Amino acid sequence: MSRIADRFAALKREGRGALVTYLQAYDPDPATSLAILRGLPGAGADVIEIGVPFTDPMADGPAIQRAAQRALKAGATLAGVLAMVRDFRSEDATTPVVLMGYFNPILSYGVDRFCTDAAASGVDGLIIVDVPPEEADEIEPQAKAAGLDLIRLVAPTTDEQRLPRVLAATSGFIYYVSITGITGTRSATTEQLAAAIPRLRRHTELPLAIGFGIRTPQQAAEASRIADGAVVGTALVDTLAASLDEQGRARPDTVRRVLDQVRSLAEAVRAARQVA
Amino acid sequence: MGNAVNQPLPNSFRQGPDSRGRFGPFGGRFVAETLMPLILEVERAYDAAKRDPAFKAEWQRLLKDYVGRPSPLWLAQRLTDHLGGAKVYFKREELNHTGAHKINAVLAQILLARRMGRKRIIAETGAGQHGVATATACALFGLQCVVYMGATDVERQQPNVFRMKLLGAEVRPVTSGAGTLKDAMNEALRDWVANVADTYYCIGTVAGPHPYPVMVRDFQCVIGEEVREQILAAEGRLPDALVCAVGGGSSAMGLFHPFLDDASVAMYGVEAAGRGLDTEEHAASLNRGRPGVLHGNRTYLLQDAHGQIREAHSISAGLDYPGIGPEHAWLHEIGRVNYVTATDTEALDAFQLCSRLEGIIPALESAHGLAQVIKLAPTMAKDRIIVLNLSGRGDKDIFTVARHLGVEI
Repeated sequence: MSRIADRFAALKREGRGALVTYLQAYDPDPATSLAILRGLPGAGADVIEIGVPFTDPMADGPAIQRAAQRALKAGATLAGVLAMVRDFRSEDATTPVVLMGYFNPILSYGVDRFCTDAAASGVDGLIIVDVPPEEADEIEPQAKAAGLDLIRLVAPTTDEQRLPRVLAATSGFIYYVSITGITGTRSATTEQLAAAIPRLRRHTELPLAIGFGIRTPQQAAEASRIADGAVVGTALVDTLAASLDEQGRARPDTVRRVLDQVRSLAEAVRAARQVA
Repeated sequence: MGNAVNQPLPNSFRQGPDSRGRFGPFGGRFVAETLMPLILEVERAYDAAKRDPAFKAEWQRLLKDYVGRPSPLWLAQRLTDHLGGAKVYFKREELNHTGAHKINAVLAQILLARRMGRKRIIAETGAGQHGVATATACALFGLQCVVYMGATDVERQQPNVFRMKLLGAEVRPVTSGAGTLKDAMNEALRDWVANVADTYYCIGTVAGPHPYPVMVRDFQCVIGEEVREQILAAEGRLPDALVCAVGGGSSAMGLFHPFLDDASVAMYGVEAAGRGLDTEEHAASLNRGRPGVLHGNRTYLLQDAHGQIREAHSISAGLDYPGIGPEHAWLHEIGRVNYVTATDTEALDAFQLCSRLEGIIPALESAHGLAQVIKLAPTMAKDRIIVLNLSGRGDKDIFTVARHLGVEI
């Protein structure tokens, strides 16, 4: 079994959902970013999502756009992100790592070589925002061959007719985008989620994580209770951004502030009991 | 969609795209899942509209009585004499209502949006021509209109910003990136994702996810179809060369496409070389870029070695885009169209020459096409014919040009 499947299965036995945390690689610099990454499992992150910086992140809100700009200024490349995952893997063999990003840097790196290198670096899954099932043949065969899960977004706009096609192209877990919109802008209501998740459950056995708009420990607990995991991204990126100095450089407490927030999210998620 | 319709026929350049929205390897639908159902809805609506005679009739009524089509084909005699070679004709798209070719496709898209029951229209704009056209159509049909425009472009295209506001549109300056057309398009896509239920995204060029490249092309083909009729009436034969500036490439696709299978017609798409092809400051995606994926389609892009998109530069805001429509990328690779370049300086010279010789102040975009005509016409015999797509008028550019000429107005 893959690390992703192992982790969700283990948490299911514990009777709780996963806390999935997002950080943008190289934000605001490679050393700080790696320090946060290394601290995440200890702070309670169950699955780690690493954003691969891109100049034109069309599904992301202002916070992650700015994070990408900081990261690119700090010299982020896809090769650099993979090196970061290798560094992380030298200390942690079990926490699943998912790369989330856009297709062009992967195309530029070379799809075959990227899938091979990503798997060898310890990446478990990919979320490629702008490769929908219609374009899956661009990377699916290579990802499968390398043993990488292709995690797909399912949106409120994904209708009943389309859902089976999207789910069939997904492995690892389903990332349910809880709002129509971009990252970090608004939140779904508990009622909306309570209606959406059973709809998906009827179509898939895969674990379901809810993302986009989950900011507080309470929201994370709620989402992880309704589904199998809660993804927190922009709220952590905001904390990191608020900790920077006027020049956008990390301060001594940047790593600690982000990890403290992860701890409070993890505490809430761990206290929440899942709906049977 | 039946496959029979989408299978490219042998010996034709006009059968694309295939059912996946591909022109050769280019095009496609590289969008987030949130947008995918919308894109499919637009495609279904367009397929239905295409087959509906009432849709076509309404659009043609608007083109005739509101836009003022057909636009004239003008023999630029003084310019022809000055250049001393081929006869130069101008396709006068600048005489359209709102001053450019953009209105052709906008009106059709707005009719489509109405069929889809959408009440709110969003658009991206570079030079502001597409924004003005969209704001105009929205005023005409009483629809809410939001135009995303890079903050840099807002600055250099003040007259068009004011026009859009007069027409009742809301102009939202975009500060991310370099604040130009690429960033405006990102922001429009983000808006669309967030407002799926009531909003239609009116894309201004032959780029973006399928079906936009084919749809906008089809709507702009009115340009080339008219040229064919007009030149046959005037000269009794087809032209020897077609010339048009390319940013995203909608005016060029509209001119070229109806002639793609006429082997005797050479075609020149003119990219903006900005401060020079060997500087970092140009917008020549085909001449200096390589294939990649941005804004929903695979095409030639200006990008660095790591696949990060580079900022484009051109004196013309309408050409200041690091990509190009996917059909152009395909036509470039198969060699059917020659993609050449013109610098800022060449465009400025052409701008002034055209104003003095023909009494027509061209848009800076069109001046890039004219710069190629200035190079090309003298190399051709006097019985040869060139048609330039004069895609827009230059009133909006006089401030930019004045600044470059060191004149204060």
